[in-house]
Amino acid sequence: MMGLSLSRMMAVLTKEFTQLVRDRLTYAMIIGIPIVQLLLFGYAINTDPKHLPTAVLVQDQGQFSRSILGSLQNSEYFRIVHVARSPAEMDKLIERGAVQFAITIPGDFTRRVVRRDKPQILVEADASDPAATGSAVAALSSLPIEGLKHDLKGPLASAAPGPQPFEVVIQRRYNPENITSYNIVPGLVATILTMTLVMMTSLAMTRETERGTMETLLSTPLRPIEVMVGKLTPFVVVGIIQAALIISMARILFGVPMAGGWAALILGLFLFIVGSLALGFLVSTVARNQLQAMQMSFFYFLPSILLSGFLFPFRGMPEWAQWLGTILPVTHMLRVVRGAMLKGVGLAEAAPSLGALALFVVIVAGLAVKQYRTTLD
Amino acid sequence: MTLAIDVEGLSKSFGTFKAVDNISLQIEQGHITGFLGPNGSGKTTSLRMLCGLLTPDTGHGQVLGLEFPREAEAIKRQTGYMTQRFSLYEDLTIEENLTFIARVYRLAHVQDSVDQTLERLGLTKRRKQLAGQLSGGWKQRLALAAAVMHDPKLLLLDEPTAGVDPQARRDFWDRIHGLADEGMTVLVSTHYMDEAERCHEIAYIFNGHLIARGTADQVIAESRLVTFEAEGPRADRLARELAARPGVEMAAPFGEALHVSGTDRAALEAAIQSYRREPYRWTEVQPTLEDVFINLMRVHAPAEVKAA
Ligand SMILES: Nc1ncnc2c1ncn2[C@@H]1O[C@H](COP(=O)(O)OP(=O)(O)O)[C@@H](O)[C@H]1O
Ligand SMILES: [Mg+2]
Repeated sequence: MMGLSLSRMMAVLTKEFTQLVRDRLTYAMIIGIPIVQLLLFGYAINTDPKHLPTAVLVQDQGQFSRSILGSLQNSEYFRIVHVARSPAEMDKLIERGAVQFAITIPGDFTRRVVRRDKPQILVEADASDPAATGSAVAALSSLPIEGLKHDLKGPLASAAPGPQPFEVVIQRRYNPENITSYNIVPGLVATILTMTLVMMTSLAMTRETERGTMETLLSTPLRPIEVMVGKLTPFVVVGIIQAALIISMARILFGVPMAGGWAALILGLFLFIVGSLALGFLVSTVARNQLQAMQMSFFYFLPSILLSGFLFPFRGMPEWAQWLGTILPVTHMLRVVRGAMLKGVGLAEAAPSLGALALFVVIVAGLAVKQYRTTLD
Repeated sequence: MTLAIDVEGLSKSFGTFKAVDNISLQIEQGHITGFLGPNGSGKTTSLRMLCGLLTPDTGHGQVLGLEFPREAEAIKRQTGYMTQRFSLYEDLTIEENLTFIARVYRLAHVQDSVDQTLERLGLTKRRKQLAGQLSGGWKQRLALAAAVMHDPKLLLLDEPTAGVDPQARRDFWDRIHGLADEGMTVLVSTHYMDEAERCHEIAYIFNGHLIARGTADQVIAESRLVTFEAEGPRADRLARELAARPGVEMAAPFGEALHVSGTDRAALEAAIQSYRREPYRWTEVQPTLEDVFINLMRVHAPAEVKAA
């Protein structure tokens, strides 16, 4: 009598699917959110930022430092906004965030270039927004060479000893690790999926409470598991469509490589989708209305973005933050998706992350079923 | 005679607020019982407890021969419940809603049941219409059809005719009587006095307490209310004046006439004595259910409300 019924489950599933297909807003969420977010995040974080504010401190009055200054000004990466008079002033500028770079040309620069003993140019970069500085820093080392080649024509041409007559010393401040765009775009698979799925399921459930249809559901013989499976299965399909969409876009638009870890990727995605849905269901058992469901979802999104290693390097975080991050499924999905796409990891290497995802599914789904009330109390 | 509902001491609190306080209900199988009482008196809460949607704090007994509330799941399965607010899916079609209900109750022939229900409702042609687009009267018919699709033995209806036109209300009551004739037990909450009179029995609940029960005639008789009606030009204008006099518990306009009621016949007659003159004509009348209920509310009102 208390047994589960497949046909009741199918009744909920069919109903849910019909509602899903009928709701225009849903299409917007399924297709629109991934595209918009991928384009926004992907390009915003990915493009080479240009004309970054730069301060220079020129302690040398020789011709080569003037020529480097000239090519810096002409380059599209740097925009000289301050000419500082002391190292202390430089420090202050970068500390305040007034400039992204502080470039120091030492006093004996020209003399040492001529003497061919590789003078050093010191570049301090504010790498707290690492993606913003990455390519500019790379460009620095090659950029001034042309100026020098140009200047070293004629009698001084012999002073051009090789590819680089000087050395660029880069000091990354605030964030010594550097994240490349290849890290960000696969990471979006995890964050976009979990955002839309948690929100959609929690809203779909609380909508029943808000519209009063929950009372109908509860007055029928439906069992909690039947409601849960029936309501979540259509969203698994939604998740799969989204995942395919995001990964295709990552490959086509952003040229993210696929190193071949398909098995780990697919298993990881499946666990992650189910886990996100179960979490959405759990949220809906606590939230009393759609607004609360939204607020709770955001409460989950923020750490998922900030503490998962999506934006900031995981190992750069303090221990307590890493500990929090370990609870989040996004953290593990990020490892799976980055490992699979960039390094081509197999199931065995991805096992710890996959195991963590599976554990998350079991715990959250269990909690959700336990929390689901069969009465209105 | 078998009792479909035989429950004692039913109570439910929300926090410190007692929404239903120690109610006992005995309802005969095949009877229609009207559940009356002002808004917030605990009707919906009581109905929800009976069909297992709310867990009672106290209360036990039998519903449909099953132990209440222990066997709530089994009771639920044989009970049809029509909620106060339309609670089918507005974004599903009429047919999809019925199909969903039929499948959830695991009816043997889903499509046949749906077709028959549509046929009986006269909605076969509109089966593809979204439920949300139906008018109030049609929504109510659809909700009733959905509630009885699985052939329940007990039917709980929560203000089913609120906001529905008179013709639809009459059709609705004909249908309810038809179902009761087939043996279904019906408990229906309502605010309409004419509907109360169409019930076999009524139960009046106020502030969570059950304060009157029985047939309409019994309830009127037990109130021991005496009512005089004054007719004559502008008799209704006397209401304020008379209400202030001792012995008059209630003076209410009744169309152009005036109803004056009280439980103490001698005091009431003394009070109206000076108005027994032209142009007014006084006759003693049977109090209406409405007179009785308004009086009941006054008698049972908490002290602070009376003082106001
Ligand atoms: N879930 C709830 N939480 C708190 N109070 C409630 C809840 N449900 C009902 N009440 C309160 O209980 C009282 C009785 O409500 P209800 O049973 O809906 O009355 P009725 O149906 O007779 O209008 C009302 O004062 C209402 O505000
Ligand atoms: Mg009510």
